[in-house]
Formats: sequence, structure tokens, C-alpha cells
Amino acid sequence: MTADTQPEVIVIVGAGHGAGQCAASLRQEGFEGKIVLIGEEPYLPYQRPPLSKKFLSGELTIERVYFKPADFYETAEVDVRLNTRVTEIDRGAKEVVTEDGTRIAYDKLILTTGSRVRELRAPGADLKGIHYLRTIDDVEGLKTDFTAGKHMVIVGAGYVGLEVAAVALKHGLEVTVLEMEPRVLARVTSPEVSQFFHDVHTEAGVNILYGHAVTEFKGEDRLQEAVLSNGSTLRADIALIGIGILPNMELAEAAGIACHNGIQVDELCRTSDPDVFAAGDCTEHPNPIYGRRIRLESVHNALEQAKTAAAAALGKEKPYAQVPWFWSDQYDLKLQMAGLNQGYDEVVLRGDPTSRKFAAFYLKDGVLIAVDAINAAPEYMIGRKLIGEKAKVAPARLRDINVNMKEVAAG
Amino acid sequence: MAKITFIDHDGTKRDVEADNGLSVMEAAVNNMVPGIDADCGGACACATCHVYVDDAWMGKTGEISDMEETMLDFAEDRRENSRLSCQIKISDELDGLVVTTPESQH
Repeated sequence: MTADTQPEVIVIVGAGHGAGQCAASLRQEGFEGKIVLIGEEPYLPYQRPPLSKKFLSGELTIERVYFKPADFYETAEVDVRLNTRVTEIDRGAKEVVTEDGTRIAYDKLILTTGSRVRELRAPGADLKGIHYLRTIDDVEGLKTDFTAGKHMVIVGAGYVGLEVAAVALKHGLEVTVLEMEPRVLARVTSPEVSQFFHDVHTEAGVNILYGHAVTEFKGEDRLQEAVLSNGSTLRADIALIGIGILPNMELAEAAGIACHNGIQVDELCRTSDPDVFAAGDCTEHPNPIYGRRIRLESVHNALEQAKTAAAAALGKEKPYAQVPWFWSDQYDLKLQMAGLNQGYDEVVLRGDPTSRKFAAFYLKDGVLIAVDAINAAPEYMIGRKLIGEKAKVAPARLRDINVNMKEVAAG
Repeated sequence: MAKITFIDHDGTKRDVEADNGLSVMEAAVNNMVPGIDADCGGACACATCHVYVDDAWMGKTGEISDMEETMLDFAEDRRENSRLSCQIKISDELDGLVVTTPESQH
């Protein structure tokens, strides 16, 4: 193809949310050429957020976890190749090479390789009964061990750890959460909101131990106990490790595509190779609202970057400029977060945390940069809008629950 | 099984068939109906599946929860017949349902 003709073959590597959206967006943009979607898991693109929530609890069946039903890929004529791992990008030949040596040619390549769990390195970490949570198979494995009365040790008090703790309690397990930091959700929220989630979980019956790491897992053929950094031991029938994820950028890196904390892309999701694009968890990208490069672990980012990357692969410019947002469900709580709070110099609480309905607003130099809303949709919706506008908001008005959020937005 | 008609803000109609028990949002997403993004996958967390329910059907689409109510209240261009389509469960009763997608979601 030449610069002003359309590509004939677009290959998507990775089969997560971003990949599914790319395929859909390419067709919605009118692309009539061949789409090849390659994924190493045995499943069509599926939604990961429910895995630690309603899929683990059994409220959602696998069919409803899929991003699109199987016939979507037939109708959209997407050549889906599952159980297939891409091992190399041959940029010279414009081909991707799979594990069995098959070479698949592309005109444009979109990398949606996502992220993988950070593994805990400790003696005994491969014992039966120790789980991670990233894939459908992970959850299926965890479910076989998920029985009432068992003692579960969760390593890491991030979203995954806390969401699983909530589901596990409901299923009658006894739960201990170990966290190295002095508070839960330390990486993503303020001490005020951490305290709230600490209280919620401990009142529900979760035992949270701070400042502890696991130095060893012990058991005969399967896990029996965890040894902590202070030498004490904990009964552990099962364990879940939730200590973060890492971007899958090695494939791109090995091909000489610029990578640093993720595959480097611009606002159009273009990598350092003009024929290669990337979207989702695997990218480090510029965010115009914050004026810096960031990497995000979120569905919203995967979907929006996928739309941008699909357009860019067809020569269209749909610059990515989004307020990041995230959500988490724990017990009866819906946590909705917009923006990134790094560097905030003031946190304003609106509402009383003990009512289980409040919001924390984060300001930097008077500008609203993030909000955490707990069962507080108005605060979330208006907060997200104001963050996108880089609005200066008076703390006193944010704090005053007698001033409704629409009035706050009106300034 | 129910037939649902989605109408774009510019009047384009799309008919889809969907199984009982799914949500109207899922029916849209499964059939590539534009204008319903449903970023959160149906967790009532994002308000990107906002629809206007045809007046004749408003009484049959079920109760609006407090959460949906507040999310809708802050969605763009809310009207009396606004719903989040992820919160409308499909049943035989809804066979023939007609909804319109807002311009802001296109």
C-alpha cells in the first residue's frame, strides 16, 4: 500500500477489551479489509473487571463476561486466532511470527497486549492453593478452592485484593489481608479514603495486617500456612496474590519499538514505528489534562485508546484526551473514581464517611484533579466533568453538602 | 426473546433480537448498535448507555434504582423518559421495545 491508500490487512495482537474494541471500531470506521485478532488465551475478548466481582461470586456466567458474543466476530469477519502466542514482530518484513513459526503479514499492526500479574517470589509460591487473578482460568481455579470455612490469605490490599476479600467473606471464608504499606489502596487513594475502606473491611470481619510481607509459603502438597516477615505464621488454606500488574511490552521492545514503562505512544496511539499502534494497559501515553505521560490500568483507557488506534491505523486522527476513571464494587459500596490524585495539595471531604456515602475531592493549586466517590454518583459525575475542564473549585463549596453538585459546577 | 428497535439521534433504525434476561445495553453492544458504549459493562457506573425509552414502553421497563436515578440526573440531556439501558432487563413483555440513543453518545 502507499501512504494514501487504505491498508488491506490489520493485525491485532492481544485479545482483551482493547482488542475487541479495535476490531469493532475498525469496522465502524468503514474498514473493509482483513482483520486478524490473535490472542494467547483460549477465550474471545472478555471483560476483566467482573472477574474479581460478579464472575467470582457466580452472579455472572461466562457468556455475559465476553466483550462481544461469538457471532459478532463472524458477522464482522474478524479472523480470530485463539490459543496463539505471538513471539516476534518482524518489522522489516511486516509480519508477526507465532509460537509455531506461522508468519502473518500486516499492513498495520495494533498491539493490545495488556498487562500481566506481578508475581510474588518466595519459597513455596508454586504450591497448590496459591492463586492470582487476571484471567478467566485464574478465577475458575480460585473457585475450586473457594469454600466456606477455609482460611484465605490475600497478599496486597489493592482493588483486586479488597474485592476478593468482600466476595470471600460473603462465601463464608475467613479472610486475612496482608499489606506492606501502612494503609489499604495506598497507591491510588488518600489516607482519608484508605481509612474508610479499612473500617468497612474490618467491620465486615476481614483481618488486615499492615507492614507485612510473606517470606515463605509452607505445605505438604498444597498450601497450609504463610510465614510473615516478622517470623510469625498464619493458617492459609488458600492464598490470593494481588500485588499489581506489569505492562506487556517485551514483544514491542524486542522489535526495537520505543518502550519505557510501557509501549510509548503519542496522542494518536502511534508507536515509534509508523505502521504499529498500541492501546490499553500496555501503553505509556500523553495525557493532555495532566500534561504528562502516564500508564493506566483501566477498561476505559483500553476502550478509548482502542478507538483512537483503530482510527489512526486508517489514517484518521481521533486524539485521545480523556479523564481517567475507575470503579470498584465492594459489599454494598460503589466506588467511582475520576482523575489522578498524584501531587494533590488539598483533600476536601464532602459528606460523612460513616454514612457510607461521601466523596473525597483532590485539589492542586486550587484546581480539581481527582475525585473518589463512594455511593455518591453526583459527586463523581460532576467531578469528572470539572476535572476535564481543569476547573478551579472553592473548597468551601465542595465541602458544603447544602450546595448541590450542579450548583458547584455552575461555579 | 424480544425484538428491540434502536433509533439513532438522526433517525436511523436498527432492529435486534435479544434473549430474555440480558439487558437492553447488552443487546445493543452484542449487535454493534452505535451510541451505546457501556464502558463499565453494566455496573451502573458510567452512564454511557443512556437511552430514551419510547413513551408507550415507559411503564414496562421496570423500576429505576436510586443509583440509576442519580447517575441519570447528571447525564447529558436527561429527559423524562431517560434510562440507563444496562438497567433494563429484557423479557417477553418488552418484545417490540423502542429506544432512542442520545446525540451526546455519538
